[in-house]
Amino acid sequence: MSAQRMLMKGSEAIAEAAIRAGCRCFFGYPITPQNEIPEYMSKRLPKIGGVFVQAESEVSAVNMIYGAGGAGVRVMTSSSSPGVSLMAEGFSYLVGAEVPVVIVNIVRGGPGLGGIGPSQGDYFMMTRGFGHGDQRAVVLAPSTLQEAVDLMGLAFDLADKYRSPTLLVGDGLIGQMMEPVTFPEARLDLPEKPWATTGKPKTRERNVINSLDLAPEDLEARVERLFAKYARIEADEPRCERFMLDDNPPLCLCAYGTMARIAKSAVQRLRAEGVSVGLLRPITLWPFPASAIAQQAESARQFICVELSRGQMVEDARRAVEGRRPVDFWGRAGGVVPSVEEIVAEVRRLIRDR
Amino acid sequence: MSEQIEERAVFERTRVLTAKHTHYCPGCTHGIAHRLVAEVIDELDIQEKTIGVCPVGCAVLAYEYFDLDMQEAAHGRAPAVATGIRRVLPPDRYVFTYQGDGDLASIGMAEIVHAANRGEKITVIFINNGIYGMTGGQMAPTTLPGVKTTTSPYGRAPEECGHPIRVSELLNTLVAPRFIARGALSNPREIARAKKLIRQAFELQHTGFTFVELLSTCPTGWGLPPEKAMRWLEHNMMPFFRTGVLRAPDAMPESATPYAPDLSNDGGAAKNGAAT
Repeated sequence: MSAQRMLMKGSEAIAEAAIRAGCRCFFGYPITPQNEIPEYMSKRLPKIGGVFVQAESEVSAVNMIYGAGGAGVRVMTSSSSPGVSLMAEGFSYLVGAEVPVVIVNIVRGGPGLGGIGPSQGDYFMMTRGFGHGDQRAVVLAPSTLQEAVDLMGLAFDLADKYRSPTLLVGDGLIGQMMEPVTFPEARLDLPEKPWATTGKPKTRERNVINSLDLAPEDLEARVERLFAKYARIEADEPRCERFMLDDNPPLCLCAYGTMARIAKSAVQRLRAEGVSVGLLRPITLWPFPASAIAQQAESARQFICVELSRGQMVEDARRAVEGRRPVDFWGRAGGVVPSVEEIVAEVRRLIRDR
Repeated sequence: MSEQIEERAVFERTRVLTAKHTHYCPGCTHGIAHRLVAEVIDELDIQEKTIGVCPVGCAVLAYEYFDLDMQEAAHGRAPAVATGIRRVLPPDRYVFTYQGDGDLASIGMAEIVHAANRGEKITVIFINNGIYGMTGGQMAPTTLPGVKTTTSPYGRAPEECGHPIRVSELLNTLVAPRFIARGALSNPREIARAKKLIRQAFELQHTGFTFVELLSTCPTGWGLPPEKAMRWLEHNMMPFFRTGVLRAPDAMPESATPYAPDLSNDGGAAKNGAAT
C-alpha cells in the first residue's frame, strides 16, 4: 500500500516522510506555524516503538537530538524561525562533532517575534553557516509536498552520508497546505554507525562525540576536515529545477520554495503573453546551484530573483553570475505572499527599467 | 648476595580511568570525584554499558579521563544531551552527566530542572565549589554571601546578586526524582560517604532520576592551599549546604507524592455549560 497516493497536510507529510526514512525519535518545542509536526509525531511514534519528547525549549531540543544522534539513531526536530534561532548554538556543536540529524525550519516572518505568515527571511541564517565558527550545512528547500516528502528521505541520507546536520526549510504555506503525496517504502537498511556512543565493548576504543580542540593546530585540522567534506558536497550535491529554460530565454527568473510555485505560474502567464522567460529553482540552497546559474548566464541577458524577503538569495545569484549579467530583485516580506499578477507586473517593470 | 624484593601493588589507577594525566590544578577535588565515579562504575561492572556526558567548565576534558563512550555537551546542556542518549539506547545502559555549578545551576538551570522533572533515568554528578574555575574564578550561583571573586571583588552582595542556590533542595520539590543527596569531598570520612551516595545513585538509575551534589574545593580560584581549602569548605559551605540524603526510595519527602486528578469529575463544569 506504500505507493498509494494520499491527500495530506504539509506538516504531517513531512513528519510521516521522516518516519518512512527510519526516523523514530523526535524532540521538539511548540511554535507556530509548525505544531502539526510534533503533534503528528506525538501520536505516531509511541505506536511504533519510537520516542517523542516535548522539550522545555528549542535549546534543549537541539541538544537532545545531539545526544540521540550521537548515540547512532536517525533523529529530528522541527521549529520555526525564532525557535530555530535558539538552536544556533547546538547546531554549531552538531557540525563540529559531526552528528547527523535533520532539522526542519518552517520559516515565518521576522525579525524579532515577527509574525506567523510565510517567509523566506531565514535564507541567510540557514545558508551562511548557521551558528558560530567556520561551518556549512546542506539546506534543502521543497516547493511541493511531494518534494518535501522526497527531500526528507534525502535529508536523512545526506546527514548520514556526510555525518553532518542537515536542514530542510519550508514556510507556513508548505506546512499548512494539502496536496496528494506518495510515500516511499519504509527504510529498513539504515547505515551502520561504528562511531556512535552506545557503551564501549572491550573490542574497541572508546567513542567520543566532541568538538573541542584546545590546540590551534588540532582545531585547524578539524576545520580542514570539515571543509574537505564541504568541497565534496559542493561538487556532488547541488540540485535545481530548470523550468522552461531549454530554449535559452533572454530572461531567467530565480526563486525557491513557495515563491517558486507562484513564479512558475508567472512564467507561464508571461510566456502566453509573448515574453520569453524561464525559471531556475534552487532545490539545495546550500550547496547553491551556482554552476547551473552561471551556465544560464551564457544565454540569459537578465536575471530576476523573486523572494519572500527583502533580498537574500539574490546575493548568491549575483555571485554565481559574476557580474556578467544584471541580477534584479523583487520580493515581499513580513508574511505577505504576492499574487501571480503582481509578479508578472513587477517582472514587466524590471524588464522595462533595463 | 642479591636481595629479593617482592613488588606488590597496594594502590592502582582505577580501570575505568585512562592513563592520561589530568589538567586539574594541584589539590583540586575533581580528581577525587572522577575516581569515585570511576570506582563505582568499575565495582558495578557497567563500564561497557555506561555513557558519560561532560560539561563546559573545568571538567570539559573529562572524556579524556574516563575510559568510556562519552559525549561533550554545550554549556549547561548536559541533561538534555543525556536525555537524548537515554531515550534511544537500550534500557540496560547507564547514562551520567558530570557538571559544575556554573554549568548546572546557572546557564543550565532549565535543563537540569526539566530532566529531573521528567524523571530521566540518568545520574547527575553535580560539583559545587561555589566558583567558576575554568574561566578564572568568577562568581557562581552557589558562591557564598560576602565571598570575593573576580566578578564580586567587594564580596557577593545578596541584595544585588541574591543568595546562593541550594540545587539539591530545589530539585527536591519535584515529584519525579528517585534519589537526591549531597556529599562533601573534604576529608576521608566524607569522601567515603560520598562514594556510597554515588553508588546508590547508579544503583537506582534505572528507576528514575538520580542526583548527587558534591561539595568541592577550588584552591586556585579560592586562593587557598589545598588543605586549607578543605577546612574552609567544612566551616563555611557545609552549614548552608547540608550533607546527607534528601530523597531516597525509603525516604520520600511530601513533595514526591504524585498527583493524579480524577478527571472524570469535572467539578460540575459540564452542568454549568463551561466545558461544552
